[in-house]
Amino acid sequence: MGRLSVSLCGIELDNPVIPASGTFGYGYEFAELYDINLLGTFSFKGTTLQPRFGNPTPRIAETSGGMLNAVGLQNPGVDSVISEELPRLAKVFHKPVMANVSGFSLDEYVAVCRRLDACPQVGWLEVNISCPNVHGGGMAFGTDPAAAAEVTAAVKAVTTKPVIMKLSPNVTDIVAVARACEDAGADAVSLINTLLSMRIDLKTRRPLLANGTGGLSGPAVFPLAVRMVYQVARAVKIPVVGLGGVSSAEDVLEMMLAGASAVEVGAANLVQPYACRDIIAALPGTMDKYGIENLNEIIGGAL
Amino acid sequence: MKQVVLTIEENVPIAKDVQRMVLSGDLSAVTAPGQFVNLAVAGQYLRRPISVCDCDGGRMTLLYKIVGQGTAKLADMAAGETLDTLTGLGNGFDLSAAGQRNALIGGGIGAAPLYWLARALKAQGAETCAVLGFNSAEDVFYADAFAAICDSVILATADGSRGVRGFVTDAMAGLAYDYFYTCGPEPMLKAVYKAGASDGQFSFEERMGCGFGACMGCTCKTVTGYKRICRDGPVLRKGEILWAD
Repeated sequence: MGRLSVSLCGIELDNPVIPASGTFGYGYEFAELYDINLLGTFSFKGTTLQPRFGNPTPRIAETSGGMLNAVGLQNPGVDSVISEELPRLAKVFHKPVMANVSGFSLDEYVAVCRRLDACPQVGWLEVNISCPNVHGGGMAFGTDPAAAAEVTAAVKAVTTKPVIMKLSPNVTDIVAVARACEDAGADAVSLINTLLSMRIDLKTRRPLLANGTGGLSGPAVFPLAVRMVYQVARAVKIPVVGLGGVSSAEDVLEMMLAGASAVEVGAANLVQPYACRDIIAALPGTMDKYGIENLNEIIGGAL
Repeated sequence: MKQVVLTIEENVPIAKDVQRMVLSGDLSAVTAPGQFVNLAVAGQYLRRPISVCDCDGGRMTLLYKIVGQGTAKLADMAAGETLDTLTGLGNGFDLSAAGQRNALIGGGIGAAPLYWLARALKAQGAETCAVLGFNSAEDVFYADAFAAICDSVILATADGSRGVRGFVTDAMAGLAYDYFYTCGPEPMLKAVYKAGASDGQFSFEERMGCGFGACMGCTCKTVTGYKRICRDGPVLRKGEILWAD
């Protein structure tokens, strides 16, 4: 147990840094760049029952301090993930991985979680009820406390692995959704997913993204994420995983002070491919600077 | 892929809204014509993917068009300044597929990566003919540079102010070739796909998040499955292309 190690739902992490789903693929591209075993863990690409192409391009737009994406859950489907991606990952990553699950119906969430429950490599199921880029699913479950509770309970019934419900910031009261998940048996919540956004091209007078809207991420959303993590951490007893614009060791500490037991890093991986490696390397020195001996002592320190 | 800090040796205008930037530094990952690099521009969140125009003797040349904030900031940078750069991105052109007589068909700034390709094809003894299309005479760049390497160069401008009046497909008419390589705006690529008399390779452009295959921001459908333009491309073979509409 080093000074960076934390526990997430009973599983020890060497450090709290977790690349966020959708910014790290199935780990392979980054494993070519650095030893990804230095991560706490990572959350793999949002996986659905069937393969999905996702949305038409352009899927990416830029904004001050961040980016919009409307990838739309492109993934090879859970069966391919289990038969191809996980065996490939096993060669380069020797820790429990966080499996990110998406769905368009209660049955789909259940079916995907049931399959991933059988995979020893999977440590946690992070259930995405907050994707803003698909219709008729995803975020619809995360914007209604009753629906969020229903997904939570249904998924919990088919797995013994810890279930982390990934929450949407596109709500009036994220605390109500978090409480509903906790009451329905969630082992943790992670927040925030991206913020529903739009950019318009002055030349074409049309939205930049082919999908029209997309999810905003990057440093621009960090203060909002800190606020929501803080509010949720005050309201629930289960662990909170904080994410949204985290780009530095200082941001990790701030998220943990707001109540996060672990911290996901998303968009930063896309613009600085070594972001997570560098953040982990910078943590001890940054902790020294602020008089932090062990990370566990600051979780929720600002609450 | 390699993340390196490169030094700007030169950054000068060469045509209307087109700049040439020469960079030096660790270019060991830049291995094939048709690859691109991804530049971190101060004040812009996302990097800017730019194709490699040439790479030789420790210097890499990029040609880029000023189209928005990022490229405008790039154009303001001076020699001696540095750029955080991801190098060696993309598959590049496959030179082993080249024919005896190769048409290199470029549209606008899409002509840039064909220059290094022309040099590489010449080095392996293949004949090349560059067919370069621009909107107007003021947009033309590298005509002499291509002429110094290629066996022939045909210019086309949409307004007829220089070379053949019309598009590259007009300039290609009657040209004898047994293979082609092309890069340019998508409508041009589609026209070349229809008009091309041989097999060939197409270099695509797409808005990217990361540029190295992580974000799935630039995926397209192909005959052989979904491909990320940044990592599985940007060069696709004619036989695998599925046009979006």
